[in-house]
Amino acid sequence: MAMQMLPPDWPGNFWAHWAIFAVAILVFVLLMVMVFIWFERRALAVMQARLGPNRAGPFGLFQSAADALKLLIKEDIVPAKGDKLVHWLAPVVAFVPVVLIFAVVPFWGGAILADLNIGILYIVAISSVTAVGIFMAGWSSNNKYSTLGAMRQVASVVSYEIPVVLSVVGVVLLAGSLSMQQIVAAQDIPFILLQPLGFLLFFCGALAEINRAPFDLTEADSEIVAGFFTEYSGMKFGLLFLAEYGEALAISAIVTTLFLGGWRGPLLPPFLWFLLKVGLVFFVIVWIRATVPRLRIDQLMALAWKFLFPLALLNLLITAAEILFWPAVSLWVFVPINFAVMIILVLLWSKFFKLGWGKVEV
Amino acid sequence: MKFERYGLGIAKGLSVTIRHLLRRPITTQYPEQRLNVSRRIRGNELIWNKDKCTGCGTCAKACHIGAIHISTSTNLVDNKYEVQKYEVDTGYCIFCGLCVEACPFEALFLSYDYECARYRRNDLFQDREKMVETSERKVSGYFYPGRAAKLPRQSLLVDNDRGKRNGR
Repeated sequence: MAMQMLPPDWPGNFWAHWAIFAVAILVFVLLMVMVFIWFERRALAVMQARLGPNRAGPFGLFQSAADALKLLIKEDIVPAKGDKLVHWLAPVVAFVPVVLIFAVVPFWGGAILADLNIGILYIVAISSVTAVGIFMAGWSSNNKYSTLGAMRQVASVVSYEIPVVLSVVGVVLLAGSLSMQQIVAAQDIPFILLQPLGFLLFFCGALAEINRAPFDLTEADSEIVAGFFTEYSGMKFGLLFLAEYGEALAISAIVTTLFLGGWRGPLLPPFLWFLLKVGLVFFVIVWIRATVPRLRIDQLMALAWKFLFPLALLNLLITAAEILFWPAVSLWVFVPINFAVMIILVLLWSKFFKLGWGKVEV
Repeated sequence: MKFERYGLGIAKGLSVTIRHLLRRPITTQYPEQRLNVSRRIRGNELIWNKDKCTGCGTCAKACHIGAIHISTSTNLVDNKYEVQKYEVDTGYCIFCGLCVEACPFEALFLSYDYECARYRRNDLFQDREKMVETSERKVSGYFYPGRAAKLPRQSLLVDNDRGKRNGR
């Protein structure tokens, strides 16, 4: 496949490149978040035999814009006994890393703000900062629900970071590079076929990190009001909400880049392929939200440490062994092998998965 | 060997939700689309037939809320009562229908309407002009099966026929 690559400083000037892509990324994130919120509400509604928002504009397309406007003009309430500075700072700390992630996401060949040679490591590092912002939000609200939600968030992020990173390492081993561009370039076979177990682990872990259902117990509305959101209103609530969906968008983009071949695909222009794949991944996220009930906190922790973590280690070991001992073989050979390995391992681990020495129901 | 615990359960659930994508939404978009209410609905107003009423006051006695006010004068020429005032405070009315059942002359009915919210309490008073049966203020079939037979059939959310759901 011929790869259309733009030069790394595409319009020819470093600063022009920087300015154009910075603006483009901001617009992309804000626009896609609005589209995603609309899309999630509509898709979820259809799956529940409802209609979803359909009043503002055709098919309710302007609903997110109307909601954003409403949030902008709402009163900004700060709890009287809260930590005002931290309360003000938290949404910013939560949102900025989400935008920063997109600096290394390749939209198509060469269309990338900075092709860091440690791209995926940068993403792992920067995306964890969001947890700090969320913990700040929970702490500064001076509210038991906020604090509980924030503590659950930190616990889940710290636990799920490990299987996520370990499953990313499998991809990095296959691609031989940490750069997002190189990872896409290496995917003549999409890595979801070569790393099915890695994909499964990464997807589960990523869902937990961004608090999407079924791991949304940090903002479980039936237990702890709205978690760390509880004391927020107005634009600060809007920013936290934006960070939430920005993370979902980022995870969709990262899954697309790491496992689904990024912007590569036949016929259609690369950017359209990228958007299509991102949309597909987000649809799966919504689909899972419509299906699976919420986990308890002990189930969440057990899943991370007893299920995903050992499987991620084994996946890493098997991938490394394959690359080390059969470097010359065509990669297609590994597709059936890895699928078989995935099925066997998942069945085996499900068999022995227990909570509280078997005294607590799974 | 059962595979529900090994991921099959989740797969089954996912297939259920994806099949719901093809389902028709159950929602009725209220002001534009309306369901036909039950033909025997105890609607939010009373409807009074001035000609049939003899002013006996049975309805007022049957009303345990005391929402019906009736006062009559004697017409010595025709040897009968004439209704001077007939008022219902629908703010107190609980729409039990006892007055309708008590009326010996088929002069009192419950209405077929259910959109009777008002901005002021005073507007909830129905005096004799507001109690006449008109094309907007229809009579419900409550306690009068003959009337019920003339009203459109009730439509339900589970009705598949979309036309049936929209129509009035």
